[in-house]
Amino acid sequence: MIKILKYSFFDLIRSRWSLIYFLFYLLLAFVLLFLNNDISKAIITMMNVIIILGPLIGIIFGIMYYYNSLEFTELLLAQPIKRSSIFLGQFFGLALSLSLSLVLGLGIPFVVYGLFQSGEIWNFISILWIGFILTFIFTGIAFYIALANQNRIKGFGMAILFWLFMAVIYDGIFLLLLVWFKEYPLDTFALLSSVLNPIDLSRVMILLKLDISALMGYTGAVFKNFFGSGVGMSASISILFLWAVVPILAIVRKAKRKDF
Amino acid sequence: MIKYSKLNKKFGKLEVLKNLNLEIRKGSINAILGPNGSGKTTLIKCLLGMVIPDSGTIEINGKEVKGQWMYREEIDYMPQIANFPPNLKVKEIISMIKDIRNREARDLELIEYFGLQPFLNKQLSNLSGGTKQKVNIVLAFMFDNPLLILDEPTNGLDPVALLKLKELIAKEIKRGKTILFTTHIIRLVEELAEDIVFLLEGKTYYQGPVAGLLEKHEAKDLEHAIADIFSTHVKETAE
Repeated sequence: MIKILKYSFFDLIRSRWSLIYFLFYLLLAFVLLFLNNDISKAIITMMNVIIILGPLIGIIFGIMYYYNSLEFTELLLAQPIKRSSIFLGQFFGLALSLSLSLVLGLGIPFVVYGLFQSGEIWNFISILWIGFILTFIFTGIAFYIALANQNRIKGFGMAILFWLFMAVIYDGIFLLLLVWFKEYPLDTFALLSSVLNPIDLSRVMILLKLDISALMGYTGAVFKNFFGSGVGMSASISILFLWAVVPILAIVRKAKRKDF
Repeated sequence: MIKYSKLNKKFGKLEVLKNLNLEIRKGSINAILGPNGSGKTTLIKCLLGMVIPDSGTIEINGKEVKGQWMYREEIDYMPQIANFPPNLKVKEIISMIKDIRNREARDLELIEYFGLQPFLNKQLSNLSGGTKQKVNIVLAFMFDNPLLILDEPTNGLDPVALLKLKELIAKEIKRGKTILFTTHIIRLVEELAEDIVFLLEGKTYYQGPVAGLLEKHEAKDLEHAIADIFSTHVKETAE
């Protein structure tokens, strides 16, 4: 697996798209920091960008990378290696190269600005961490969707729809339900539905970390209560990990039975 | 050396291999022929474990291949379409495959043979189709394994490279390798193959020497014999 990972990673970090992704973050972070002149505001804006863009890029790159390398994958399948090593190697190669673009693109401007002298280092690390895990989750799901769909157009469509659902539609439905059932006590429901969507969960975790949950009104108080407790925090971290691990297991399972 | 027994494979509703039986002798040179969709590629992919048969067994040297992967150490395979990671260099792709196999290889000899030295430091996305195919050949031949599987090996090669490939295959034949190849080019079959495996609708229609097929169809050459099979087969299905 490590060998495949190594070469996939080398292939990908040299690709134009990795460079563009890196430059985008670089530019964004520089602009935010030097125009705002306020590191904590910059971090909040960064967070909003990362939790939407990270999953989108993960999904799109995952799908494209799988389909584009399919013919080479066939060559690898004829080599004396296990199937799971091939797909896991490719998956980790992609997820790591995207994560590298993220770390360098955001890291360089923040370091230049003087992150280490400000008290924000932990907040910065937590958005990076969230960026990583979202990248892994969505790249994994994209790989799974691509493995399950021979038809590229269908695979691509499903992947984009999945992202759209998680990033936009889910929140819409959530809000509608809150409005419809506003007569009833909804805090458990609100909490539960936020925890089940990795994008929402990431957002809530960062907002609480940045200590601006007051912005979220009453729900904020409920959330703070939950996440502030050790149980709540560890539960949500475990759920994020579960979101990352389940697609990987599904990839291995699917790859075992697939015909190429 | 290779034994297929009662192999079945369906893709959705399409039955590609129907109860296929086939035995390949050690050291024989086999051309796998058949119309489009007769199951040639599937036959090869089942052997390599890329396609998982619905039922039946495949044995190599008496060992079943199902669910195994180590047996591929002994197989060299050249796929039909050569497509590589676009941002790797030619020398990197060669070292990647060497890395995976973890074995000595005669890559330098083959790079020289096909004149690939000027391309070694180029990225694979910048190569022409023919050059990619040459890289594909180097990757397939460099390990010198006893079983060699070639899927449409002449795709996209210029006449000079084609001649070199034929010479290379002829050398491998002399060294006693077992070779399986698919092709649509009849001349290649006549020049190289000892035995023909003719597949028709997922079954072995004929297996044996070229002469036997000519005799069976009272044809003067292979082209006519194959045309005869096609036409009688079409008649049979029409009735």
